[in-house]
Amino acid sequence: MSSAVGAPRSHAASRPPSTPPRRRRSYRLGRWDLKYSPYLYVAPFFVLFGVFGLFPVLYTVYVSLFDYELLSGTKEFAGLENYRLLMEDAQFWNAAYNTLGIFVLSTVPQLIVALMLANLLNRQMRARTLLRMGVVIPNITSVAAVGIIFALIFADRYGLINWLLGTVGFDPIAWRDNRFASWFAIAFMVDWRWTGYNALIYLGAMQAIPKDLYESASLDGASTWRQFWAITVPLIRPTILFTIIISTIGGFQIFTEPLMYGNGLIRGGVDHQFQTLAMYIYEKTFTGNAEYGYGSAMSWLLFMMIIIFALINFALVRRSVKGDKK
Amino acid sequence: MSVMRRRLRTAAAVLLAAGVALGSAACSKKDDEGSTGEGGQVKLVLQTFQNFGYDQAIKDFEAANPNIKVEHQKMGELRDFQPKLVQWLAAGSGAGDVVGLEEGVLFGYVQNHDKFANLLDLGAGELKANFPEWKWNNAMTPDGKKLIALGTDVGGLAMCYRKDLFQQAGLPTDRDEVSKRMATWQDYIALGKEFKASGKVKAAWLDSATSLMQPYVMQNSETFFFDKDNKFIGDTNPVVKQTWDMGLQMAKDGLTAKTQRWSADWDGAFKNSAFATLPCPSWMTEGVIAPKSGPANSGKWDIAKIPGGGGNWGGSYLAVPAQTKHPKEAYLLAKYLTSKEGHLAAFKEAGAMPSDLAGLEDPAFKDKKSDYFSGAPTGQIFGDSVKNMKPVFLGAKHQQIWETVFEPQMQAAERGKVSSEAAWTKAVDEAKKATS
Repeated sequence: MSSAVGAPRSHAASRPPSTPPRRRRSYRLGRWDLKYSPYLYVAPFFVLFGVFGLFPVLYTVYVSLFDYELLSGTKEFAGLENYRLLMEDAQFWNAAYNTLGIFVLSTVPQLIVALMLANLLNRQMRARTLLRMGVVIPNITSVAAVGIIFALIFADRYGLINWLLGTVGFDPIAWRDNRFASWFAIAFMVDWRWTGYNALIYLGAMQAIPKDLYESASLDGASTWRQFWAITVPLIRPTILFTIIISTIGGFQIFTEPLMYGNGLIRGGVDHQFQTLAMYIYEKTFTGNAEYGYGSAMSWLLFMMIIIFALINFALVRRSVKGDKK
Repeated sequence: MSVMRRRLRTAAAVLLAAGVALGSAACSKKDDEGSTGEGGQVKLVLQTFQNFGYDQAIKDFEAANPNIKVEHQKMGELRDFQPKLVQWLAAGSGAGDVVGLEEGVLFGYVQNHDKFANLLDLGAGELKANFPEWKWNNAMTPDGKKLIALGTDVGGLAMCYRKDLFQQAGLPTDRDEVSKRMATWQDYIALGKEFKASGKVKAAWLDSATSLMQPYVMQNSETFFFDKDNKFIGDTNPVVKQTWDMGLQMAKDGLTAKTQRWSADWDGAFKNSAFATLPCPSWMTEGVIAPKSGPANSGKWDIAKIPGGGGNWGGSYLAVPAQTKHPKEAYLLAKYLTSKEGHLAAFKEAGAMPSDLAGLEDPAFKDKKSDYFSGAPTGQIFGDSVKNMKPVFLGAKHQQIWETVFEPQMQAAERGKVSSEAAWTKAVDEAKKATS
């Protein structure tokens, strides 16, 4: 290795290699190379992240301290005034409530169903690859198309579901006026798109579990159900945690589904029954007065909420799903 | 071996560094919009939303002005374009040399007009006589010293009705006769009661109670939700409350289909023939009603005059942002596109109804008939509706207050979710909050 370090550099190759200063210089260059080039290799990610990730986040904090309206051109320092107003803004808390409600209503069944689905797909069966790929098809359809179709299915008057209810003699459901009904419909949309995706991730993790564990378990007389809870779930715990974090991040930023569901109106229902935080941020920031300061404060608060909820979920799941103790 | 590897590594590092440098250079690359090209040619950027129908008009303009090249950027829907435009105007770069503004958006900019060039300084004063007075004045600052935009299309208002349903209910079907029978809104409501009382039709009379608001208030008041100082007066303007009550009374009497405009149910209501009349702006006829009702209902619709005379709903403008480097050329382009030739070309291409008075009189527009609407003379009906309209002051936040506050609350009251009074109080509260 040491002889290699002293070897002439490419650009110095034509020069006589024997002169001591050159040799020292190339030695130094070689050391720098070893020491610093790894940083250079990872630099592109960090440069791009800095420009398009970190800077906007920090700038959002800066903007959130201003009374900043784009349309009128107002920009005055306001300190924490935006945050104080936010605490009193009933519509903000309503949006937070809706977001949380839709999140719980969609994520809990989604991950449980995904887990079951993955378990089924992990068995020996015909056309396994076809079925495995089939479950992710909903995920690759455009979210706007999904929104339009489900808005039709859950339409108040001429919708499929209300029509079915009508044929068996039930009253139609007010899909948009009723808060819980609207949450349900939106959660349904989310689950339709994301269950298969999560199932595939679980499946990947399940396939890494050694088969002999199951073999010995069935020799010991453990039922399939028991095997699922005692072997599969604990062993894919890191993956479950991963999907929960990802679902939390995605779920808290839900925007397109409720927007499409409300006929494209940012209001999210007459009484904001299904206006989510992302929608309210958009309403304040990009419509009306374009209140960038207020919108930034909300975005920042949403960011904090996501972190807090991700940590809570992480802790909850880690505790409830027992893994192998090391 | 290790020399080789190190060389490779160095090369890779250099490549990566170059890549990063290039990448950031690409990011910081200045928009060359509005730059002067080779040979002294001026390049203009025109930004519009939806479909202004300017493809041919731009070709004609370039042919007449060989020193100007126009790049037409179609920016998609208004709701996608508008936030971008706000940002570009605030940032001082990025906006086109000529930009399309929707009417509702325009009112906001009239108040905050410093981002736009004064077209009067560029010689627009001579064009005043070309436009209906209200269309011209909408783009003028209250002091009358600055004009920020020139009118493109307008949305003349008429009453679309289902001839076949009228016939079933034993009502007259001829459009002149129908126009006569609904000369005022009271007549219109009375005719609706007659329609329902016939007991021979399942359809409602009108799509929604909210459909009354726009035409009725605009005909009967000089203001809507805001007074001329842009103060919210929606709660005290008697005409607004009057229309609110009138519409909800119609709903109570079972005359409305209680559908929410632009929803999937509204679409379904067209297909299922769930209502018999609809106040329709010109852009709605071929652009909305025909596709939504489908070919099966072709020839069943017809068009009568709007009760109460005239009216307008929607329409757009072209403005020149102050950040342009070529205000003179930009003005020339805006002037051409809003001239008779530009208007008629846009009408031919996209069905946009001219706001240019000469264009309204031109046979190309005036003699236009619609096959879908039983051969109704649309050019004449819609043309008449905008010429003699009185100007109504709408204010910067009109669209927002209507679309996001009053309309949804009125719909909730119509569906019977809340009482009319509770919905009204809520709407007023919310509007006050949004305008304070």
